[in-house]
Amino acid sequence: MSLKVIIPAPLRKYTQGSEIVEVQASTVQEVIEQLDSRFPGIRASVCDESGGLRRFINIYVDGEDVRFLENLRTETRDGAEVAIVPAISGGSGEFRNWTNPAS
Amino acid sequence: MSFVKGLQCRECGRPYPAELQAGCEDCFAPLEVDYDYEAAARELTRQRIAARPAAMWRYRELLPLESEPAVGLGTGFTPLLRAERLGRALGLKNLYLKNDSACFPTLSFKDRVTAVAVNKALEFRLEAVGCASTGNLANSVAANAAAAGLPSYILVPENLERTKITATSIYGSRLIAVRGNYDDVNRLCSQIADRHPWGFVNVNLRPYYAEGSKTVAFEIAEQLGWQAPDAIVVPMAGGALISKIHKGLSELRRIGLLKDAPTTRLFGAQAAGCNPIVSAVKRGSTEIRPVKPNTIAKSLSIGNPADGYYAAGFILQTGGGAEDAADPEISAGIQLLAETEGIYAETAGGVSIAVTRKLAAQGLIDPDGVTVVVVSGNGLKTPDAVELAEPEVIDAKIDAFERLVKGVAYVA
Repeated sequence: MSLKVIIPAPLRKYTQGSEIVEVQASTVQEVIEQLDSRFPGIRASVCDESGGLRRFINIYVDGEDVRFLENLRTETRDGAEVAIVPAISGGSGEFRNWTNPAS
Repeated sequence: MSFVKGLQCRECGRPYPAELQAGCEDCFAPLEVDYDYEAAARELTRQRIAARPAAMWRYRELLPLESEPAVGLGTGFTPLLRAERLGRALGLKNLYLKNDSACFPTLSFKDRVTAVAVNKALEFRLEAVGCASTGNLANSVAANAAAAGLPSYILVPENLERTKITATSIYGSRLIAVRGNYDDVNRLCSQIADRHPWGFVNVNLRPYYAEGSKTVAFEIAEQLGWQAPDAIVVPMAGGALISKIHKGLSELRRIGLLKDAPTTRLFGAQAAGCNPIVSAVKRGSTEIRPVKPNTIAKSLSIGNPADGYYAAGFILQTGGGAEDAADPEISAGIQLLAETEGIYAETAGGVSIAVTRKLAAQGLIDPDGVTVVVVSGNGLKTPDAVELAEPEVIDAKIDAFERLVKGVAYVA
């Protein structure tokens, strides 16, 4: 199944600058595998060591967050739009103890 | 005058220069502004702070501007009020309200963050600023952008309250209503920021923007006579405010403005119809499971909170807690605050009060300790959140008035 993947700016270093990449895949997992075989390094950026999505990465299939669907097992229809979007975040510190303020 | 050393990835520690950058390029984690704390400690003394104008910039050594602020000069230093009547109603003997419903220019705590972000946009010489917003941020970005002479592009969920739309459009902003909820708007905004060279305050300006929230903590400590309170109750949407309150108190200790290490317990408040951070805390976890928001507290309706992981972590680490409030409880909270303290808060304030009531009833907040509740926005923005009786109508005759009030005791 042919579908369109939107690559965010920080990952375009792997795709030679391409913002939109066409892949053949029937699940989100296959999308990531396809991307990684063509652009090695993408999988490690998007997934953590256990193979799950990194905390600060969101993937949307036709606008829906895959965390509301079947995560990486979410199926992708022909012509689907898959968007990889880093979470927008400005967090603040590890969970340091009050008595041991930031070094 | 800047004491900024640079930006640093919160997770992997990779340093970045203090430029426009949304997150870490390696692990996509948030970036934190790092300061030269030793130099800041020499400059930022209690005496110097006391001599400065009553605004958030009195702590400028711990804010990330390179030069003097050009907009938002009157922002911050909102009242910290002793709330005895509300305290009696909730069973808390030393209750205070940090009243950001009186923050300028747009009557919410967001004025603090946009003041930093829009000044940074000027420093970076950006062409325009923008944001994804649940309303308060939209008002504030629009106002400060207008004051800075910058065009603004503001994206909001389609179902936003009418008042918040008017209070954004009035500043001449390009206001775009997106079909979907805040999380949809946020995703779109992030994709726009990838393409257009604008400063999105909660995307590529976010490391700086979020620093403005620390001033809530700085002010609370100063207004308590340079003491950290025993508990702070904070409304949570994306989770950044409570995280930055933690950073703010930590920094005050670090540069010696607080004599002792804070033992403050942080408590988070959300609406029951959008409670992903509260759920995580109640599970004893920092793992956020996103939800689809459904509550009258639209300003807190972020189902996939970007800083939820950190917010839950700080709550758990400080021995605090979290609770949520159903819509009727939120409305009741707004009314209780208004009737006991004369403060008309928006829905997020109702959430804070309703949750404080629950935490006190559960014995999670020490009734004798100093508790500060953050009231983050103004009720005039969400007039539909409470249903009140219609006014009584009479003829313009003294007899009609007397009949109406007959039997009502005179209050001396």
